[in-house]
Amino acid sequence: MRKYLARRAVYAVGTLLGVSLIIFVVLRILPGDPLVAILGVEGHAQMRPADRVRIMADLGLSDPLPLQYGRWLVDIGAGRLGRSFFRGDTVAELILHRGPISAEIGLLALVISWLVGLPVGILSAYRPNSIPDGVARTLSVLFIAIPGFWLGMLIVLALLFWFGYKAPIVIVHVWENPWQNLQIVIGPAMVLGLAQGAYIARMSRSCLLEIIGEDFVRTARAKGVREGRVVFRHALPNALLPVITISGVLLGFVLGGSVAVEQAFGVPGLGRALVTAVIERDIIVVQNLVLLYASIFVIVNVLVDLSYAWLDPRIRYG
Amino acid sequence: MGTVLGELARFARRNTLAAVGGFVGLAIMFMAVAAPLLAPRDPLKADFRRMNKPPDAQSIFGTDQVGRDTLSRVIYGARTSLFVAFSAVLLGTTVGSLWGLACGYLRGRFDLVSQRIMEVLQSFPDLILAMAISMAIGTGLTAVIFAIAVTRIPFGGRVIRSVALSIREMAYVEAGRASGASALRIMTFHVLPQCVAPYLVLATTHLGVAIVIEAALGFLGVGVPPPTPTWGNMLADSITALVPPWWLVLFPGLAITVTVLAFNLLGDGIRDTLDPRLSPAFLRLVTGSGRARTSVAGGASAASATPAAGTTSAAGAA
Repeated sequence: MRKYLARRAVYAVGTLLGVSLIIFVVLRILPGDPLVAILGVEGHAQMRPADRVRIMADLGLSDPLPLQYGRWLVDIGAGRLGRSFFRGDTVAELILHRGPISAEIGLLALVISWLVGLPVGILSAYRPNSIPDGVARTLSVLFIAIPGFWLGMLIVLALLFWFGYKAPIVIVHVWENPWQNLQIVIGPAMVLGLAQGAYIARMSRSCLLEIIGEDFVRTARAKGVREGRVVFRHALPNALLPVITISGVLLGFVLGGSVAVEQAFGVPGLGRALVTAVIERDIIVVQNLVLLYASIFVIVNVLVDLSYAWLDPRIRYG
Repeated sequence: MGTVLGELARFARRNTLAAVGGFVGLAIMFMAVAAPLLAPRDPLKADFRRMNKPPDAQSIFGTDQVGRDTLSRVIYGARTSLFVAFSAVLLGTTVGSLWGLACGYLRGRFDLVSQRIMEVLQSFPDLILAMAISMAIGTGLTAVIFAIAVTRIPFGGRVIRSVALSIREMAYVEAGRASGASALRIMTFHVLPQCVAPYLVLATTHLGVAIVIEAALGFLGVGVPPPTPTWGNMLADSITALVPPWWLVLFPGLAITVTVLAFNLLGDGIRDTLDPRLSPAFLRLVTGSGRARTSVAGGASAASATPAAGTTSAAGAA
């Protein structure tokens, strides 16, 4: 187990290095001149050559690219994430201030997806092709197709119409006022959670049906185990493994989707900070935030793999 | 021709939902192509006498803040949205699939390095990678297509690689090798035809994903630049108002949802028809969870019930 863990960790570090390299290549090399990226073509054309040289040196952009890349990695290791080109605050402050809201939304979405998806999946598999199964499957197909940010917009619109909803302008952290904080995060979390829940319901249904067809389930039934116990004790634990995996994969949808959903609800989370940075072409902020999102995705998937090894001895000892 | 029609009729009888999806998909494609004939007004023409009008007899989907006809914009929006989605999938999924085919057939160091690259690409949440790329190369139609295409590469790569891995062990491929055919020849004439079916499933499913990403990019203001009507841009326009008019939110979003739903249903139907036994394991691959560890367990549990699915996912683990 320890060896497996070590190998997985080394692997993840390698992947993250690759991720950072791709971010660096995309943001520094593709546009040719980073100042064009920051100032736009017109702003760039209006600039005096002396200013240009000074700004490039200020940003550390006139050094050779491998040196810049190396320095970025060292900075990340030391916890220095640089500062925004347009605002005074550092990227680290930005993450600490806005991160918690987005993290809450993600975690709450995960909880909702399991609370909704798993029971629905079990219900579907328990009586396949029954009316509840049909309803559940229709709903899951529908929720997979509806873009989360649009659903968010519709909800906001309905709230505006009937309850005089106002988009949250300031960030209220959970430790300051839990009730107000919940009002901010519940909407995005619901939207993201339901979309994920639809995938989880679909996955748990198909896995459970597959497992219920296996010999050991027939044996359990044959020796007179009650149906409820067959499903929950014999079949469900075996069906959970792929559901856990898909939850890790779905995190990609949540991380990406949350950016748009935060925008739809007007929640001032990290996703909106990223959108603002992309529109303003604030490359230092973009490069660090994109790395952060990708790192979370990679690390959570390592955890998923580890939980897999922990739950399934075939992998642990295999 | 008759047999093709007969085949289609049989498909429609067995998969009513998929046939409906296909029909709706075709209708939307027709709408996109025939937009100039179908749209009642010029989608770009502002009319300051008719601003912010709710749906009425003159413009049945209402008008926007500068008096442009929403129905016409939704119809023209189909053009851009579908064009971007089709081009991105055609480019990304095809490049990925051919790459995966080469990986699966050639194995060795090429495969190892390619797998690492695809893993890194898959470590980014789709939308975030697309945002970063389209920011770097400048927002515009080609930038958006390219950005979405890059996010599709690893999915094609992984699925087709696992198919190619199992095909290369077939006797007829070995016969080809024994008779001295070159690797390129075997890949083109013996392995490629077997990859067409999974490719179609993949491409159809990913059309829906591409449409959502395009819409999200437009919504966030980093997609195809306005005033080009796309469904995402229209949603972005709508929230510039303090209280967004409901018709500006409802109709473009509905267009996205219906289109995505149609392609998803069609994709599911094609998958079930081509190989029903593949579906659960295949879903895992298509959604990208074909990681080494998970497929071992997936393959092990699927192997007894479904030999074909077992080989595919076990091959994915190799």
